[in-house]
Amino acid sequence: MTTTTTALIPDDVLPARAPSGARRRRMKSMYPSWFYIPAAALFLVFFAMPTFASFYFAFTRWSLFAHTFIGWANFVEFFQDPQLTTGFINTFIYGFVTSAAKVVLGLALAVLLTSPVLGRGYLRAVVFFPVLVSTIGVGLTFKALLDPFHGLINGVLKNVFGITGPGWLTDPHMALLTVAAVDVWKGVGIATLIFIAGIVAVPQEYFEAARVDGAGSWAIFRRITLPLSRPAMGTVIILSLIGGLRSFDLIYAMTQGGPGFSSDVIASVIYKQYQAGFFGLSTAGNVILFVVVTAIMIPVSRLLNGKGAEEE
Amino acid sequence: MRHAQRVTVGVVAIVLSVVIFLVPFAFILLQTFKNPGEAGLLNINLPSHWQFVENLKEVLAADNGVIWRALINSTTLTVVSVAIMVVFSAMVGYVLQRRKSRINAWANFFILAGLIVPPAVVPTIWVLQGLHLFKTLPGMILIEATFGLSFCILLFRAFVSTIPKELDEAAIIDGAGPIRLFFTVVLPLLRPVMITVVVVQSVAVFNDFTGPLYFLPGDDNATVQLTLYNFQSQSLSQYNLLFMDILLITIPPLIMYLFFNRQIVAGMTSGAIKG
Repeated sequence: MTTTTTALIPDDVLPARAPSGARRRRMKSMYPSWFYIPAAALFLVFFAMPTFASFYFAFTRWSLFAHTFIGWANFVEFFQDPQLTTGFINTFIYGFVTSAAKVVLGLALAVLLTSPVLGRGYLRAVVFFPVLVSTIGVGLTFKALLDPFHGLINGVLKNVFGITGPGWLTDPHMALLTVAAVDVWKGVGIATLIFIAGIVAVPQEYFEAARVDGAGSWAIFRRITLPLSRPAMGTVIILSLIGGLRSFDLIYAMTQGGPGFSSDVIASVIYKQYQAGFFGLSTAGNVILFVVVTAIMIPVSRLLNGKGAEEE
Repeated sequence: MRHAQRVTVGVVAIVLSVVIFLVPFAFILLQTFKNPGEAGLLNINLPSHWQFVENLKEVLAADNGVIWRALINSTTLTVVSVAIMVVFSAMVGYVLQRRKSRINAWANFFILAGLIVPPAVVPTIWVLQGLHLFKTLPGMILIEATFGLSFCILLFRAFVSTIPKELDEAAIIDGAGPIRLFFTVVLPLLRPVMITVVVVQSVAVFNDFTGPLYFLPGDDNATVQLTLYNFQSQSLSQYNLLFMDILLITIPPLIMYLFFNRQIVAGMTSGAIKG
């Protein structure tokens, strides 16, 4: 933390004739560094410390009370055990599928819902509504709807279309993508909201000028809406990709990683190993998740922010 | 858009939205009126005997009224952790935007890390145990507050940049100190984005399942999300109670949203997303 000496400058030094340097320092002291301290304390104790500790405990056999250093054994196990490897691959699939779908659908919905369409207020509300329901609630509801024998969805497929619906959550080839689809159903409202905010922020004159120049809807979308909602696009991609790569609760509620291990992701593997008492292995999973997410997010955010837009 | 097109697209969208979004909610609602046997069939036939009140009573009484305890726990958790989050991150977002110093680079780095890096679960339990906060509500509150900081700081920082610095200067000339400047001048101006933050984070904390699952196990400290899982695992014949529970715990976030609906979008457009 920087010193607080500037605060000691008496007020009467300030008047009009005070040199600009002193004034700047005075302004600076109005934004005291200790404002960082409460948040920083929480962050260091409950986030940074466990994160750093995980880099040690990932290399141990650990019971929370005692730990023995075992080198890379946890990581070796992680990448040799086919069940755990599945979780590793599934994490990528899940993250990219949900994120891509949310971007495409969210943008499409936002364009629709910023145009003067019939029932706009109702549509906005209804698309956002699933965001309010807990992920576990959504998961359990869709588990019921997707039940292969009694479920409403297969019932409609059979009775209305005459198709025998698949075992959405019981077929190992489908389970992961089914959960991903429900994730999109639940989360697309946020993506839409962010895109709406982005599109609304575009000055109306641009659209008017384009229309005067005779641009059609597609041209307006490609040349104006799409490039100018780029910040919103970046926000949606980053948030949904992080969320997707870390996703746990929906998978836990709907399949618990099954059938077999076909819908396990790293986060659910972490939970299973934790539950089984393999704290070291669980923590190794955490470190792997950390590396995966960081390795993906750094290039993605570079790409999206151009030249460090974060820093202004 | 021409009028006819507007209506056609609208009608198609409304029909699709009913099928995709409203049917699942109608399904939830319908099950809460059924007896266990009919609810177990998982269809959308009307119940032969409507028993909403009985189901409600049964859910509220289940497991010695665990749901009441859970509601109190979840509410406490949400209110306190969001309050901490808002004040702490507003302070950071404000100073970070206003004052250019060497700390900024570090602060930005940590904010990004907090947003991206998945929390290390078991080591966090280890830290909580060391502080004697594992399986306690205060421990869970601090954890939720910490995990929400990054996102809140980003929103506050973006919004502070829209408040003219001349206001600060005027307040300083009038003799305000840093604390008065922040709490009486700046904080009230942050209201729009504060509403966004409060709504978004309250819904997130109230609906959080993973946090309590790891850091707050046990029936005494049950949160509403954990009660859901109990209904599910107890027996498959209690679908009516499960859906009643889902309905019950969706009401608080829903009320919040209905109240602040407009302000959420306003808060986001007024700075957060402009980048």
